[in-house]
Amino acid sequence: MDTVLRVENLVVQYDTASGPARAVDSVSFTLRQGERLGLIGESGSGKTTMGTALMRLTRAPGRIVGGRVMLGDTDIMALSQRDLRAVRLRDIAMIPQGAMSSLNPVLRIRVQIEDAIHAHEGRLPKAEMAARIAALLTRVGLDPVVADRFPHELSGGMKQRTVMAIATALSPKVIVADEPTSALDVVVQRQVMQTLGRLQSGLGAAVVLIGHDMGLIAQFADTVGVMYAGRLVEIGPVAQMIAAPRHPYTRLLIDSLPGIDAKRRLTGIPGLPPRLTDMPPGCAFAPRCPLASAACTASVPALQSIGDGQVACHLYPGLTALPPLTAKAAP
Amino acid sequence: MTTPLIELRGVRQTYGGFTALDRLHLSLPDTAATLAIAGESGSGKTTLARIMLGFIKPSEGQVLYRGRDIATMSRTERFAFGREVQPIFQDPFNVFNPFYRVDHVLTTPLRKFGLASSADEARTKIEDALRRVGLRPQDTLGRFPHELSGGQRQRIMVARAVLLRPRLIVADEPVSMVDASLRATILDEIRDLNRDLGIAFVYITHDLTTAFQLCDDIVVLYQGRVAEAGAVEHVIGAPQHPYSQLLVSSIPLPDLSRRWGDDDLQADPAQAARQSHGCRFAPRCPRVLDRCWGTDPAMTRPEAHRLLACHLDTSPAMQERDVSGVFSGPVRRAANQQGVSP
Repeated sequence: MDTVLRVENLVVQYDTASGPARAVDSVSFTLRQGERLGLIGESGSGKTTMGTALMRLTRAPGRIVGGRVMLGDTDIMALSQRDLRAVRLRDIAMIPQGAMSSLNPVLRIRVQIEDAIHAHEGRLPKAEMAARIAALLTRVGLDPVVADRFPHELSGGMKQRTVMAIATALSPKVIVADEPTSALDVVVQRQVMQTLGRLQSGLGAAVVLIGHDMGLIAQFADTVGVMYAGRLVEIGPVAQMIAAPRHPYTRLLIDSLPGIDAKRRLTGIPGLPPRLTDMPPGCAFAPRCPLASAACTASVPALQSIGDGQVACHLYPGLTALPPLTAKAAP
Repeated sequence: MTTPLIELRGVRQTYGGFTALDRLHLSLPDTAATLAIAGESGSGKTTLARIMLGFIKPSEGQVLYRGRDIATMSRTERFAFGREVQPIFQDPFNVFNPFYRVDHVLTTPLRKFGLASSADEARTKIEDALRRVGLRPQDTLGRFPHELSGGQRQRIMVARAVLLRPRLIVADEPVSMVDASLRATILDEIRDLNRDLGIAFVYITHDLTTAFQLCDDIVVLYQGRVAEAGAVEHVIGAPQHPYSQLLVSSIPLPDLSRRWGDDDLQADPAQAARQSHGCRFAPRCPRVLDRCWGTDPAMTRPEAHRLLACHLDTSPAMQERDVSGVFSGPVRRAANQQGVSP
C-alpha cells in the first residue's frame, strides 16, 4: 500500500536551563494509507512532542533540529509558512490533547467548523455550508442541532466528537490524535474511539494515535510503536507486540496492566525514566532493565528489523524471544 | 455480629434541586475491608467519598463510624475520627503548599495528633512511613513539592496517611494522574498497607481493572444510586446489571481476542435525559422493559454477596437497609485460604 507519511531521523530539542533536552531523538517510521499506528509511552517519553512536530507545530523552547517529515512527496520541514498552513487540516490534521479545551468558548460550534472550511476553501454558499456542517456532525455521531450550541453546553464526549468533526472537515490523509479520550469515562471513551475508527475507515486516512494506555492502543491500532525517553524503542504489528513483545520495556509495560481474569500482584516498573538533560550512557532503559548487561551502557542500541517488527535493544539479534521477566528492584 | 467500621443508612445528598446520591445503604465490616466505588462522572462517587470522610453532612440519612453517628460525635470522638479516617486525593499537587518543604505535610499531622513525643521519634516515624511506600527518605525530605514527580508526591500522601495509623483510608482516584507503570506500583503499595497493617480502604475509581485487582467488594453507582454491588468476582466477573455489563465490556483490555464489539452503543450519557423516576439507566439500557420507565427497581439480593437494582432480576425485593454481610471480602478471603467455602 502507499506510504502516506514517512518520518526520517526526526529530532526535537528543548533548550532548557540545564542544557538541551532531546524530547524526540532520531525517530523514524512510515505510515501506509489507512494504517492505524498507536504510539505509546509514559509522560515525558516525547510522544506528544512527536505528534506536534509531525504538524510542525513545535513551539519554543522546543525546536525541530533535524530530520524530515515526508507527507507523500512533500517535506513538511521545507515548506513556507503559507504552504504549511495549506497542508495542515487539508492533508494532515490533529486532534489535540485536551481537545475539549481547544474549542473557543465564545463561538457557536457552527462558526468554528466554518472557520476551518473558510480558511482552505473560501466562502461557500450558506445552504451548502449548512449541509456540509450537518453532514460532518452526523458523521461523528452528533445531532446537527449541536452546530448552534456553545461548547459549554456540550458534554466532554460531545466536545471531543466536535473536535473530530473539525479535524476531519477537509478529509485529511493523516490524522494525529493525541490522547483523544484522556478525560472521558470508559463507556464514552469506547464510543469516541469507535467513532474515530469509523471516520478513519470512511476517509481511508492513516491515524497516529498517541497514548499511554496499552489496552486502548491495542483495541484500536494495527501497528504499535513504543517510545522511551525520546526514542522509538520498538515497533511492530499489534498482535505480535502484545503476545510477544521484544523490548524488555514493552514487556514490563504490558505486565503492569491489571486484567480482570484473575487477581494477581500488581507489578509496576521500578525506577523512573531518566531526565532528558541527564541521560545515562548507552540504552536509556538500561538502569531499569532486568536484562541489562555491559553492552547496554556502552552504546545506544539502533533500531533493527526482527521478523515483521523493529526493536532497539542489544539483546538482538542474539535472542529470538524474551525470557520471562521479573522487574528488578528500584535502582 | 460486630459493629461495622462504617455504615451508611439511607443517605441522600442534594445540591439545590439536584440529587447527587439517593437511597444509599452500605455497611462495611471492621475487618480490613477493601471496597471500590465505581461509576462515571456524575454518578456521585466523589460525593460519597466526602460523606464518608465527614467533609459534608448528608442532606438525609446517617453515617455511623464504629457505631457512632458522625453528626453527633463529641469533640474527642470527632478528633479521633479525624485521625482514624484518612483521605488520599486525586491530584497530589493541589494538596501541597508550594512554599513549604514536603516535610511539612508529614510533621504537621504528627504534631497535631500528638503522635510523636520527640523530634527524633517523629523523624523515625516519618522515615518508616516513607520507606513503606517505596520512597528513600534521604531523597525525599527537605525537598520542595515541585522538585518531585507526580508519582512521588502521591506516594508522600500515602505515607502521610499511613503515618497516622488510620483504620480507614478513603482514596479518591489516587492514581488517575499517574503513568500506567507507576500506577501498578502505587496500588500494590496501598494493598500492602491493607494486608500488613490491616488498614481498610475505600477506593473511588472509574477503572474497573484496578478495582478488581485491589478490592474484594465493589459498589457500582449510576446517577447517585446503587446499580449493583457486592463481591468483585460477581459484579465485575459476572455482572448482571446492564450498566455494569456495559462498563465491563467497555474496558480496553490489551487482548485481541476480546476486542470491543462494533455494536452501536446507546446515546452519550450526557445526551440521555436524566430520568426523574423509574430506573435511571432506562434511557441507555439495551434491555429496557416497559416497567423500567415508570417504577423504581427494588433492591434485590440474588446471591449472598450481590445486590442488584434492576427489573430484569426476579428475586424478591429485600429490605434496603438490611445490607449487612454483603461486603465481607476479608472473611471470604480467609475462608478461601482455609479451603472452606464462605
